[in-house]
Amino acid sequence: MKLATPLTDESVANLRAGDKVEITGTILVARDAAHKRMVETLDRGEKLPTDLTGQVVYYMGPSPTKPGKVIGSAGPTTSGRMDRYAPRLMEIGLKGMIGKGLRAAPVKDAMKKYKAVYFAATGGAAALIAQRIKKAQVIAYEELGAEALQKLEVEDFPVIVVNDMYGGDAYEEGKKQYARK
Amino acid sequence: MREIQASQITDTVARLAVEANHYLDEDVVAALRNAHAIEESPTGREVLDQLLTNVDIAKQGEFPLCQDTGVAVVSVELGQDAHIVGGNLNEAIHAGVKKGYTDGYLRKSMVGQPFSKRVNTKDNTPAMIHTEIVPGDRLKIVVMPKGGGCENMSALGMLKPADGRQGVLDFVTGVIDRAGSNPCPPTIVGVGIGGNADHAMWLAKKALLRPVGQANADEETAALERDLLERINSLGIGPMGLGGRITSLAVHALVAPCHIASMPVGVNVQCHSARYKEATL
Repeated sequence: MKLATPLTDESVANLRAGDKVEITGTILVARDAAHKRMVETLDRGEKLPTDLTGQVVYYMGPSPTKPGKVIGSAGPTTSGRMDRYAPRLMEIGLKGMIGKGLRAAPVKDAMKKYKAVYFAATGGAAALIAQRIKKAQVIAYEELGAEALQKLEVEDFPVIVVNDMYGGDAYEEGKKQYARK
Repeated sequence: MREIQASQITDTVARLAVEANHYLDEDVVAALRNAHAIEESPTGREVLDQLLTNVDIAKQGEFPLCQDTGVAVVSVELGQDAHIVGGNLNEAIHAGVKKGYTDGYLRKSMVGQPFSKRVNTKDNTPAMIHTEIVPGDRLKIVVMPKGGGCENMSALGMLKPADGRQGVLDFVTGVIDRAGSNPCPPTIVGVGIGGNADHAMWLAKKALLRPVGQANADEETAALERDLLERINSLGIGPMGLGGRITSLAVHALVAPCHIASMPVGVNVQCHSARYKEATL
């Protein structure tokens, strides 16, 4: 199904674990270092460089952009490293996360509480994913290089819903279906 | 005594780093195609389709296979009758990594001070260098860009001798089970059994430098590899952890003698983007 950003309570409510989704619109990019900075900023009671209300954050650190290209390769990084920061960002309005790999229980609980969703992109399909990114712009923390906070314009960006706001988990369900004793 | 120019080592390392990050070897591609043929999960097959398309895009040379172009693991076999001139071996390798990652638009993923400032070194150095002195007068260089996501799933088990073969099966399968979707399955699982703590971990990584699915020459070890792959592919994790038959493409094990009190088991997980290139000077 097609999905436009920013997300709302209604658009999140329509998503179920296992749904294949193509996202079009603006998404943010942040990984370890940018998350650490954002949460430290909030802890000091200061404003973030960008409003997170309804936003989707993509856990990604691209390879350098070659001349004439929009971005370098741009696949997801392992989401679990952002678990420590994610609930805090959902609390102030973050609605979606894109990455790969398992999320901790407090993150899944926060997704239910704040009506948010976790999508997986295909790890290592980074050259393919880059073709769906139409614009890329660093909006803060430029000195972090590949870890800078970015804004992307994406078109039909392919993801799958892993964790929905109802507690559904595509990793657990998929594993259960195919496990053999 | 045969002379090898340090500058030639630098240029070779730079070239191998760029090539490894764009051109996936045919054995890995064949393993992905084979996985596609036998995977029962429709989602799993879609993931494998994406990975095969990704390989085709990357080989045009404009986009690396993965944005994580890795830590540069450089494995060197230096013939004892070769003489390096015009610089030293390690510096020549680091210079090659700097050149390849800078000129080749590869991501710089190394930070200094791991537990404090974590400031990026900006040229992907230092490389992780493993050197072995061997007979002859040649220099073999293998450059393996190793991603952080799969490397983070590594594990060491200091098993008891009484744990035996079953203990190895249980330990390795448990590591892959807990890793789940994190290391970008389908993976290749490197296993090092014996030696001591550090040697078992090196064997686990070295085992990955073998064509995918090529069995260990020792039949007993090859049987262990087959049994491990069967156990792992019964977990149901599947491509990208979304459920399926193919969690790993292969298990590669290497074995070494060990202390009477020990049975070290090292596990090094390699994502499907199993990249390395080699050259001999």
